[in-house]
Amino acid sequence: MILNRRALLKATSVSALGLAAPALIRSARADAPIKMAALLDQSGGLDLLGTPMLEATKLAVKEINAGGGLLGRQIDLITYDPQTTIQFYTQFATQAAAGEHVDVVQGGITSASREAIRPVLDRFQTLYFYNTFYEGGVCDSNTFCTGSTPAQTVEKLVPYAMKKWGKKVYVVAADYNYGQITSEWVKKYVRDNGGTTVAVEFFPLDVTNFGPTIKKIEAAKPDFVMSALVGAAHISFYRQYAAVALNKSIPIASTVFTVGGEHTLVAPEESEGMLVSFAYFEEIETPANKKFIADLRANASKKINYVSEVTARSYEGVYLWAEGVRKAGTTERTAVIKALRSPVGVDGPSGKLTIEPKTNHLLQNIYLAEVKNQKLNIVQSFPAQPPTDTLLVCDLNAKPDQATFYFENGLEAAGIK
Amino acid sequence: MDYVVVLVLQIIYGIANLALIGLGLAIIFGMMRVINLAHGEFLMLGGYAVVVSTNLGVNIWIAMLVLAPLVVGIIGVVVERVLIRFLYGRTVDTLLATWGLSLFLVGIVTAIFGPQTSTTISPPIGAIAVGDYASSGYELFLILLTLALFGAVFAVLRYSRLGLLARGTMQRADMAAALGVSTSRIYMITFGLGSAVAGLAGGVLAPITGVVPTIGATYIAKAFITVITGGTAILAGTATAAGLLGAMNGIVTFLTGPTVGEVALLAAAIVLLRLMPSGITGRFFRKSL
Amino acid sequence: MIKGQTNGGLIAIAVIGLAVMFGAPHVLQLFTIINLTTAIGLALLGLSLGLVWGYGGILCLGQTAFFGLGAYAYAVTAQNFGETTGAVVVAMAVGAAVAAALGYFMFYGRISDVYLGVITLTVTLIIFNLLRRTSGPEYKIGKALLGGFNGTTAPPLQIPWDARMTLFPQQLFYVSMGALLLCYFGCVWLTRCHFGRVCIAIRENETRAELLGYDARLYKLGLFSVGGGVAAIGGVLVANGIGRVTPDLFNLTYAAQAIIWVIVGGRGTLLGPVLGAFGVFWLTSWLGTQSYFNSNMVLGLVLILFVLLLPRGVVPAVTELAARWGRRKVGRRERMRARRRGRRRAIQPAE
Repeated sequence: MILNRRALLKATSVSALGLAAPALIRSARADAPIKMAALLDQSGGLDLLGTPMLEATKLAVKEINAGGGLLGRQIDLITYDPQTTIQFYTQFATQAAAGEHVDVVQGGITSASREAIRPVLDRFQTLYFYNTFYEGGVCDSNTFCTGSTPAQTVEKLVPYAMKKWGKKVYVVAADYNYGQITSEWVKKYVRDNGGTTVAVEFFPLDVTNFGPTIKKIEAAKPDFVMSALVGAAHISFYRQYAAVALNKSIPIASTVFTVGGEHTLVAPEESEGMLVSFAYFEEIETPANKKFIADLRANASKKINYVSEVTARSYEGVYLWAEGVRKAGTTERTAVIKALRSPVGVDGPSGKLTIEPKTNHLLQNIYLAEVKNQKLNIVQSFPAQPPTDTLLVCDLNAKPDQATFYFENGLEAAGIK
Repeated sequence: MDYVVVLVLQIIYGIANLALIGLGLAIIFGMMRVINLAHGEFLMLGGYAVVVSTNLGVNIWIAMLVLAPLVVGIIGVVVERVLIRFLYGRTVDTLLATWGLSLFLVGIVTAIFGPQTSTTISPPIGAIAVGDYASSGYELFLILLTLALFGAVFAVLRYSRLGLLARGTMQRADMAAALGVSTSRIYMITFGLGSAVAGLAGGVLAPITGVVPTIGATYIAKAFITVITGGTAILAGTATAAGLLGAMNGIVTFLTGPTVGEVALLAAAIVLLRLMPSGITGRFFRKSL
Repeated sequence: MIKGQTNGGLIAIAVIGLAVMFGAPHVLQLFTIINLTTAIGLALLGLSLGLVWGYGGILCLGQTAFFGLGAYAYAVTAQNFGETTGAVVVAMAVGAAVAAALGYFMFYGRISDVYLGVITLTVTLIIFNLLRRTSGPEYKIGKALLGGFNGTTAPPLQIPWDARMTLFPQQLFYVSMGALLLCYFGCVWLTRCHFGRVCIAIRENETRAELLGYDARLYKLGLFSVGGGVAAIGGVLVANGIGRVTPDLFNLTYAAQAIIWVIVGGRGTLLGPVLGAFGVFWLTSWLGTQSYFNSNMVLGLVLILFVLLLPRGVVPAVTELAARWGRRKVGRRERMRARRRGRRRAIQPAE
């Protein structure tokens, strides 16, 4: 496998040299705009997240351009709609990198989409920013993952919920990689904090009838339910759970809820008291955040329901990259990567962000919040949290030529399971 | 014991759910041999009708039981007039056209309401206690509603003049036309009726599933498979297929988990179709409705 | 019922096909060439459905099952052995074998019509559900982890028997286009030989064909297996184009799209589904680069208009138009010019 990949890399790097020749010429013209591509779903289901993310990206570009641009050049944002289809992710990534010769690609929502475009952008030597929270484990010198990872959020959420509610935990999760891996982290942190996981159950993404499982939860009588359910169909779980009034006796903590504004999609009493943890909430009380929210809503062409971590991070991701370019004094990829890893930091709506050079992830603030009447009431915050999960397996300082996804198939790499 | 009651109730609900989402499609397929792939979107529109009207202050019961079927029924009639009526007798073309319609409806609803809508409606009936366990009162209501709906459709088809004409048209359209029945009008009404039932189903499901433009996709495959497995007899087919498939799904889901439960449902459909190549009612209950 | 294509038409297709194959890399930009590999893979899926549905009357709503399994078989084999030539053969064999098994189950059970469609679709959805379930480390075939929802890497094609040399994008394009042309002409030959003519007879009237002594089940089974193999080659190319195989390949979108290509392009032709696939591919790709319209809405509208206005598909409609035009003119030179005009419009004439 490894041998094979190496052979592949060798072969592709030869072709990449040939392919990259025009790419090197591209940054030569000083007055030409800097090109940025955004690959975010605007239709087909994941537009639930993709639409506000794109609005935030656009806002950041607009602000930078209004402030005189970057290195005196304007940023030209090229947007693609991959229509919630992996095929289009690869296709548009190829078009952006090999056709438009963009300087940076921002985007990708699911891990599947990221894994589809990451090799393409590696091959065409185009810088990549992935701004969604995910299961952790990407170790790629060309890719910057700015979202929070389980060791940052679950690590805080589980002990807090256990202290508040008790030690018996029932885990429900979406049946795909994020859900599977996150539930492993949940189990680990439950164990580390002296609790027990009663059961773990996985649901295909299109399941809408949760009746049987709710009955099982009722019979198992856990102290609380930990949910990593994802997507529009899974919102049904919270409604059906509240319909049998279980939310009054067995509360829920979630690693995903609120990211698509789910708490505004269900009735107030259905989400009341749920605990969530993210690197950003709309309710953060800082002037920077207030201004960001106001500007975002004022500039958006579409109504934005709730501003969540992925939206704020799409905005901050652009600024992080811009800071790297400014520091490097050029848009040339290796120089920008070097500058980014030196490391750069920005003060965004979520607070101070710094790039963690071993993993190309972020040191970021983590917030714990409780849902109160469809608002998120921040109960605790943790400044500058490192991505400890990815740090277990990844050290780009020691071994820079890596393009691996260590948790692709579970957590063996981190010594878990 | 209480747990068993709750479990059985849950399985019955699973069956009712399948029957409810399938019935509208079955009416249209059974009567007109039209497979409406926009069926899931009709359910979605029913949900939106409920959400929009309750947000405007309409009583939720009126919204679910009157407005949702009315709105979607009217949409159905319009669709029949501008699209479906040109395609009778061309099953595959209708399949394609309604698939296009389904995409179009998802697109236009997204354009109007945005990918996320505030759907803050909750089930109007709370939990009921069964011994130590709580069961959803609303799910019980849905079971009863499904029964009532089947009863109503049966009564219309069996005892009303419209039902007689419709059954006649369904069996021999040319003969019915020769006897002076306006088959075109019958088709229009049937399509409207099927759409209205879909709207009603979507409306009453909205409080427990929520509404987003793409929710239809989660219904269509199951509804489609239930109806085809059932065969052409509208009520008997849907009821037996929903019963077999729903029970299979429910029991396996309890024993293992939802993924295997889904697979069991699909596998059961395949086996049933292998044994009965034109659906359950192609072999049994042939004379039934 | 069959529109007997003259050899002139076929030669024209071959010439145009070869011209595209060798000309495109010099004219088009690199990314277009890379993305065309995916499009060609999809076109092969369309071709396979055009064959089984258009010539065998088998309404297979789940042709993507063989397409996706081909892609997975290729990725898994290539990852295990580090060699891709054999993997392509394995993929084809898997596609054809699964189609044969499923076909035996259905045709010998006398399942037909829309019921057959539902069974094939259901099989696809079962595979979709099961593969999404495989995200844990315990789900591996040999060295290849299946990876659940995220899918698994598809190693790029190599020069045969030399595992160190992977193909460059241009070379991959030559291979894909070559595969498409070979499969297309293979299918044309198949539909014209004795076997194909019996299949068409069965499509037209199964009972009559059986009374003449042909075992309809066996012929359908054969055609269906060939279709499965062709779809699997399409899967291999798409896996190469995307660089990954994911359970998405089995979802409702691809399954429905394949039907659309056939209808848009023209049922009962082999060229139609191929052109339909390219056309829809181009349309959806274009929709993804603009931000004025919702992509779903436009695609939906296009479909509806097609069914209403051009129910038989583009290729038969254009062919007929060209033929009528040709008849109306007198004089050989006129006719030649008209035919050329028709040719330009349709890219190919079929009569």
